[in-house]
Amino acid sequence: MKRFRFNQQEIVFAVFALLFLVFSIFLSGFLTADNMLTLLQNVAVLGILGLAMAIVVIGRGIDISLIAALAVPPGLVLQMVQNGHSLPFSLLVAVLLTIAFGLVNGWLIAYAEVPSLFATLATGLLLAGLGQAVLFQLDVVQWSPGMNGFERLGQGTILGIPTSIWMFAIACIVVAFLLRQTRWGAYIYAIGDNPYAARVTGIPSRPIIVLQYVITALIGCFAGLVLAASVNSMPTRIFNSTLIYDVILVVVLGGIGLSGGRGGVLNVIIGTLLIGTMLNGMTIMDISYAGQNLIKGVVLLLAVITDSFLNPRNEETAQQGDI
Amino acid sequence: MKHLGNPTKAIVAALALAALTGPALAQQGLDEPFQKPFKEALAGKTVAYVPVAMNFDLTEGWYAGLKKELEPFGVKFVIRDANWNTNAGAQAVTSLISEKPAVMVVHNPDVQTYAKLLQRAENEGIYVIQINMGSAYRSSAFVGANWVEIGERQTEGVVKACEGKSNKIAIIQGALSAAASAYTLKGVENVLAKHPEIKVVSSQAADWDAAKAKAITQTVLKQNPDLCGIVGFWDGMDIGTAAAVKEAGLTGKVFLATSGGGERKGACELVKSGAFDLNMSYDVPTQAAQMAGTIKFLLSSGAKPGSIKGSEYTTLIPITKENADSQTACWNLSDLKK
Repeated sequence: MKRFRFNQQEIVFAVFALLFLVFSIFLSGFLTADNMLTLLQNVAVLGILGLAMAIVVIGRGIDISLIAALAVPPGLVLQMVQNGHSLPFSLLVAVLLTIAFGLVNGWLIAYAEVPSLFATLATGLLLAGLGQAVLFQLDVVQWSPGMNGFERLGQGTILGIPTSIWMFAIACIVVAFLLRQTRWGAYIYAIGDNPYAARVTGIPSRPIIVLQYVITALIGCFAGLVLAASVNSMPTRIFNSTLIYDVILVVVLGGIGLSGGRGGVLNVIIGTLLIGTMLNGMTIMDISYAGQNLIKGVVLLLAVITDSFLNPRNEETAQQGDI
Repeated sequence: MKHLGNPTKAIVAALALAALTGPALAQQGLDEPFQKPFKEALAGKTVAYVPVAMNFDLTEGWYAGLKKELEPFGVKFVIRDANWNTNAGAQAVTSLISEKPAVMVVHNPDVQTYAKLLQRAENEGIYVIQINMGSAYRSSAFVGANWVEIGERQTEGVVKACEGKSNKIAIIQGALSAAASAYTLKGVENVLAKHPEIKVVSSQAADWDAAKAKAITQTVLKQNPDLCGIVGFWDGMDIGTAAAVKEAGLTGKVFLATSGGGERKGACELVKSGAFDLNMSYDVPTQAAQMAGTIKFLLSSGAKPGSIKGSEYTTLIPITKENADSQTACWNLSDLKK
């Protein structure tokens, strides 16, 4: 007899639906079109970061340096424009810096075989330190007149829907296409599922791993540009915040197992929606900051426990040091 | 008595003598007796600076101002950057106690962590000057803003702007662990106690983070589109608050009061653009000059560290549309660093 089982994605979706229903009934002002758009807008950047993280997690890695890629290259754009360079040139330099950063991450993990957790922990510190010591004059890089027009990336609306939601949607489509429609995407799943088998079957696993980290860094940079445009500045100190845990929360909560090879864009969307609903509801209820952290912590813990029950470690391929 | 001559003649003679000798004396110069001991008291002394982090307008401004005032006197100026890490800061203070600088300029991350250490430092003969964020221990000097007053004056501005409107306000706090945030909140409460008609619809901590402040403000504005004012706790964070107000199309309708160090890009220009309606500035260059003055006074006084204790609360500059254009309301970090 086949046992009836939910997978994590369905459980999280059920939790999201329940929470949404409860808030809609008991919280006046929650279920309005305006509030729904605000809810999505507030988590759009988090969602984009979740997509970036999903790519490496599916490939059985993790990228702790993602927030550095979010903060430093976009901060560099703002700083360079402030110093009198043109916007296109500054963007080009930032993109090149991001690609170089992704290549370093990828090389360390794929060729030097440093575990991704440690490699990205170190490179993230390096990039953030580089920004703080060399690139930026101040922690918060302010908008300057040369950037005018660029704020539309994160502010305003297109067809009545806030731009940052469009940006999240575009990122979703691009990543979904990459993962599901291209050969590279299939390789990422194969490597995440069983890296040894992938290598034996002739998949160029090392270059693919490098590619993952480059794409992740580029998406992180994109999220940073949207963030900077939406708050008219780049608070580079965000690197020291707990944002990276929120990103991991979104990915794990959505049901992308940390053991790799599973999940996709839909999981990120569900995870993002759940976080967005929680944050929005808690803000409307005016719950204290400590209370919010407590609730978030409990939810993450539950998600991780569920994850290890539903996606047990693969005894054949799991290694000590894997996450 | 005739041979003594008449008094007029004597006076003329004395004046003539004075006229002859006077310039001669001036050419020799007159030694000012106190400047040499002053110079000796400063030369070769070490002043250590422990900010919660560098790389933001306040701490960079203090650093530049102190350096400019003290280095010409031969004072060695060292910096221990805690980089937002309370433990690293406490370690820096501990190691400084054994290095024995003459003065420590300390920016506390909270009220408790450094308190015992600072007391030990003064017992060991190091003057301790606490800046902008005091600790539970009262040291030789405190130079900085009065956060309670900042909260009060911001809230007064918001309450005034709310007259005849919905009387609904929101509060965007900083980080809960920061005393600056808690003190400001006390100031807000002081004023609200006098105005029972004001209703606080939201009071949340945004962790000094512009993105969080924006998210909270967006949600609050959707729930309360008739909000008449927001009290924000720091201009670096309230860029996000202002962005949310602007996106909701409520700039000018929602009165946004904030506070900060008064750096031109972060304060005056944002007031000019209408993002902020009131920015209570604690004018960093003046604070730096007061710190430097206190250091000069303490070093030249020869007083035993910890034997005298005083405070210099900063005179606040309210930056509004009226003075945002003036040369003096704000300062430029680039000028201070020259």
